[in-house]
Amino acid sequence: MSTQDLLKSETALEPERYELRAGPSYQFQVDRRDFFKFLGAGILVVCVLNDTSPAQESGRGGRPAGEALPKEIGAWMHIGEDGSVTLYTGKVEVGQNIRTSLTQAVCEELSVPPDKITLTMGDTKLTPYDRGTFGSLTTPVMNLQLRRVASAARDVLVTLAAKQWQVDAKSLIAANGKVTDPASMRSIEYAALAKGQSLTETLPAEDPLIPATQWKVAGQSLPKVDGCDFVTGKHRYPYDQKLPGMLHGKIVRPTAFNATLVTLDTKEAEQMPGVVVVRDGNFVGVAAPTVELASKAASSIKAEWKADPQPSNKELFEVLKKTAAEGADPTGDAGHVTTGSVDQAMAAADHRLQQTYTVSYIAHVPLEPRAALAGWDGDTVTVWTGTQRPFGVRADLAEAFRLPEDRVRVLMPDTGSAYGGKHTGETAIEAARLARAAKRPVKLVWTREEEFTWAYFRPAGVMDVSAGVSKDATITAWEFHNYNSGAAGIRTYYDIPNQRIQFHPSHSPLRQGSYRALAASANHFARESFMDELAHSLKMDPLQFRLKNLKNERLRAVFEASAKKFGWGQPKKPGQGFGMGGGYEKLGNVATFVEVYVDPKSGDVSVKRVVTAFECGAIVNPDNLRNQLEGANIMGLGGALFEAIEFENGKVLNGRMSQYRVPRFRDVPVLETVMLDRKDLPSAGAGEAPIVGVAPAIGNAIFDATGVRLRALPLVPNGLKTS
Amino acid sequence: MSKITKLQVNGRIQTIDADESDSLLSVLRDQIDLTGSKYGCGEGQCGACTVLVDGYSRRSCITKVGRVADKKITTIEGLAAGDRLHPVQQAFLDEQAMQCAYCTSGMIMSAVALLNKSAHPSRTEIVDFMDGNVCRCGTHPRVVAAIERASRSMAGATKESR
Repeated sequence: MSTQDLLKSETALEPERYELRAGPSYQFQVDRRDFFKFLGAGILVVCVLNDTSPAQESGRGGRPAGEALPKEIGAWMHIGEDGSVTLYTGKVEVGQNIRTSLTQAVCEELSVPPDKITLTMGDTKLTPYDRGTFGSLTTPVMNLQLRRVASAARDVLVTLAAKQWQVDAKSLIAANGKVTDPASMRSIEYAALAKGQSLTETLPAEDPLIPATQWKVAGQSLPKVDGCDFVTGKHRYPYDQKLPGMLHGKIVRPTAFNATLVTLDTKEAEQMPGVVVVRDGNFVGVAAPTVELASKAASSIKAEWKADPQPSNKELFEVLKKTAAEGADPTGDAGHVTTGSVDQAMAAADHRLQQTYTVSYIAHVPLEPRAALAGWDGDTVTVWTGTQRPFGVRADLAEAFRLPEDRVRVLMPDTGSAYGGKHTGETAIEAARLARAAKRPVKLVWTREEEFTWAYFRPAGVMDVSAGVSKDATITAWEFHNYNSGAAGIRTYYDIPNQRIQFHPSHSPLRQGSYRALAASANHFARESFMDELAHSLKMDPLQFRLKNLKNERLRAVFEASAKKFGWGQPKKPGQGFGMGGGYEKLGNVATFVEVYVDPKSGDVSVKRVVTAFECGAIVNPDNLRNQLEGANIMGLGGALFEAIEFENGKVLNGRMSQYRVPRFRDVPVLETVMLDRKDLPSAGAGEAPIVGVAPAIGNAIFDATGVRLRALPLVPNGLKTS
Repeated sequence: MSKITKLQVNGRIQTIDADESDSLLSVLRDQIDLTGSKYGCGEGQCGACTVLVDGYSRRSCITKVGRVADKKITTIEGLAAGDRLHPVQQAFLDEQAMQCAYCTSGMIMSAVALLNKSAHPSRTEIVDFMDGNVCRCGTHPRVVAAIERASRSMAGATKESR
């Protein structure tokens, strides 16, 4: 399967639910002359995604002046007269360090030092349309596009030099920001070549790229490109943005989910000097010159809300199963697999097992809460906000204010994390609504309580799994049902002839959406816990049992590498337990081995050591990959051990940092990583896949330590109750 | 309620106009435009807003400005000496102890406070002291390594200056 096919099947698995309502909107019409007016003279290279126009008629050296650029563009790049290189991509930086890894890719192909390169990211006015930064797609897709753009730019520069010197372009070398002719020892800087030009180059898709085996900059651990701005506090996150004359916003929130406003008294707030009060349907908010005054005004408002009774987390799993939709899955048929005859194979099996697993709602808790700064100029609005989908938020704003999209500009400064939790644009819309009423720019920063309540959660879910196994430990039948949590990672990578797999969407009591690795975490938890249970029921070593039923070489390789590093099979001490979990997600292969210690008296469970083997093709930046692996393990630890949203009748009961436990320094185990670098395979992302093995590995290790099988996430929110 | 009109921040007297009950964090960010200190939880639980008050770490989101009006406040912006980074800042870069880096200012300020009171902290001491600082990206092992590195480099610098 080619990378493109793989990506197609990956993204089809679960088009993230928040993307469903926002179709692509290629309303792109840019005249190349506008570009040079804005950017200055130089060379423009455009990566065309799906160009049906006869683009290459004019050959190398650009298109006729005045022609509109093609509509479906992936990225573009400008080399200025001073030699500065600016890349434009709709992708955004939320801590996954793509600003650095994409810079590396460009350095490699164009052969310029990193400090010559600027990336303009996620600005709907300046960057090409992008569906969003999610699904671990930046490395396999945008990294390739930018490399192609940079490689084409290098060819343009070489052609220009060849023309100037009247020599064959093939004899010239582009390196270190200049083109050199080895025969005559002449050289010319990129800056000099770009001077006075207004050349546009569109991209031939078959442009040769430097293979990973010959990478010089890519494949190295380039440090975070603007790291200094972060350690000095200089970087301005969305929450740090300011405009002159700006007011601060505050929203009056309903007392429960799905509540409607019955009565409202805003008299007191309206009398406060400088305070603007807005009511628009169920939207109630204020804007004021200071945060303190905005808070005071908002709390002076008397609002009465009405809501219907709603379920609590106590009956959650019954609700999810009871409200499961019959028939087709609205996210497509990707969450539905039927092969062979499961019923026959199950009946004929020597061993059969059936179990149910559950996962709770959890919160992303990005340390930077949602924030937006909005300002209007006539009927045009500009919003700075932290979102993984700047173009999606532009569409949301356009819809909310009934504006054409070209009257909306969304900018995304590098943001304080997201983990799949910042796909939506609520804060942008709220700030823009207040700003329109106030006729001044308004900044709105959600409090932690608002973030815990009015954002969205990782879906809760119920997984029913059953299997039939023959005497020789071959799995012959497999049935897997996921209620509500999602279809991502629902397919099994074990080789089983007879399968029935289905995702059943339910009516979720809470607002839910994407979370790092989507439902792959829940589905891997169920599958890998169940594999462990099967192995134990057959009195077989869990690693051997997996390998017996696994043909995929890349997955076998990570299981074997992780087991070796971990020392699988070593004798254990009292209280100690070892477990594993692994799988395949978003083009990444992972195997996680865990050592836990369970205190026999207190029941306290501590994770002592985690060994992760990971393989995602050719590694672009080893240190950043290790950083992502460590981060995924620590984040995964929280959802595995103790994170859960408690709720009742439309209210979150533990929506504060003091009530919702996230992993802290004391929770962090020894983390060891094995990174398998497959230079022969295309690079894939690593933001998501490494998290999926953590929870099942911990659960399996707890079983190994105590004989207690835990089938619900979080596993031990209050320690292990052995009695 | 009495007004606070002056505050000593990063070695300079700043003119402000605040109620004594206003939070130090909002005064720093909104009145003095020092936005390096971050809001994360508003209840002193995450450490993103950590600053130094007379050399000790304080959560500025729950510190009323009236309580620190006569004290020396240091924020992340006041650590470096011109272009020369503080050894802790340098160590965070050297260990790449960040991802989204939203927690980084608070982490660095807490680390400086720790090294102020204990020049060579053990790993357990570091973990215990830093437990009040939350990082959601999971850079904890690197933060610990950065603090150990800073501790070593500061010891080296002290020896040199002797």
